[in-house]
Amino acid sequence: MSEHIVSKKMYYAIFGALMVLTAITVFAANIDLGSEKLNTIVALAIAVTKAMLVILFFMHVRYSSRLTWVVVAGGFLWLFIMVALTMSDYLSRGMLTYPR
Amino acid sequence: MAHAETLDVHDHAAAEHHATPNLAHHFDNLEQQREAGSLGMWLFLVTEIMFFGALFTGYIIYRTKFAEAFAIGSHGLNWKFGAFNTVVLIVSSLTMALAVFFAQTGVRQMQVIMLVVTMVLGLTFLGVKAVEYHEKYTHHHIPGFGFDWADDEIPRSVPQEKRAALEYNIQMFYWIYFAMTGLHALHMIIGIGGLALIAYFAHRGRYTPEYHAPVELFGLYWHFVDIVWIFLFPLLYLLGANLKM
Repeated sequence: MSEHIVSKKMYYAIFGALMVLTAITVFAANIDLGSEKLNTIVALAIAVTKAMLVILFFMHVRYSSRLTWVVVAGGFLWLFIMVALTMSDYLSRGMLTYPR
Repeated sequence: MAHAETLDVHDHAAAEHHATPNLAHHFDNLEQQREAGSLGMWLFLVTEIMFFGALFTGYIIYRTKFAEAFAIGSHGLNWKFGAFNTVVLIVSSLTMALAVFFAQTGVRQMQVIMLVVTMVLGLTFLGVKAVEYHEKYTHHHIPGFGFDWADDEIPRSVPQEKRAALEYNIQMFYWIYFAMTGLHALHMIIGIGGLALIAYFAHRGRYTPEYHAPVELFGLYWHFVDIVWIFLFPLLYLLGANLKM
């Protein structure tokens, strides 16, 4: 099995998609979608989509071995664990009430 | 029989070793060598994810604590600078990907051109960043060094007694802004240095369709730095874009 060469056409298509998503995220941020939460969710959803496109195609992970997939996914899994455990602490600090 | 097959495999490996000087002696074939290289680069990038990840975690903690101050602080940034730099970085990712493409297909001149264009775009990004940092300096928005937030930069709806605390918390946004964009800019500076080296070796004709691991692996680094910015742009610049003053 030799190296997979991603075509120029594919690179241009991904580039176009990234540009369109950037325009959408700027547009969505400049209008009030009703709540700050909704604005944040839209912004993050677009950012994650853009990051996925870059990782899968520009960084060739789409065409890489299973082992590379596992390492990449593992990296984001550990990031998720760090954020989730940290926030479960910070967000729950006010929940516990007891008589003083 | 099994013994004979093992011998056969070794013969193949030996044959490929003789055929190409680009294959290091501890690898069986070029495919394995390439795989090991990209796996090693990805392991490094995973440590980078955690490196920036710690700062992103800090951002999330303080943003949940000081939501209003973060929106006002973000409003103080000019999102047009951020958007321009986002476009610059995405174009530079495209030219980097094309540099890898031309390395794979063995078009030396286009490969060098793409690497140099990527470098120029990286320098453009840093130039815009320098203009932004200077603007923050003239507005006294550098945390810790006489940080001062003008009263008319806080929405009129905020009552008088809350303003002092708010200004204090806005400074936290700017600590995080400078830490994250500063670390990102450091990665850009290192990246531009790497590009200069790789462009020089590409010009010398060191990379062939058979061996171009440095171009490919450096490309992974450059795209990673782009991804960090893809998240920094909405989180820092766009957060307060629709705030009513």
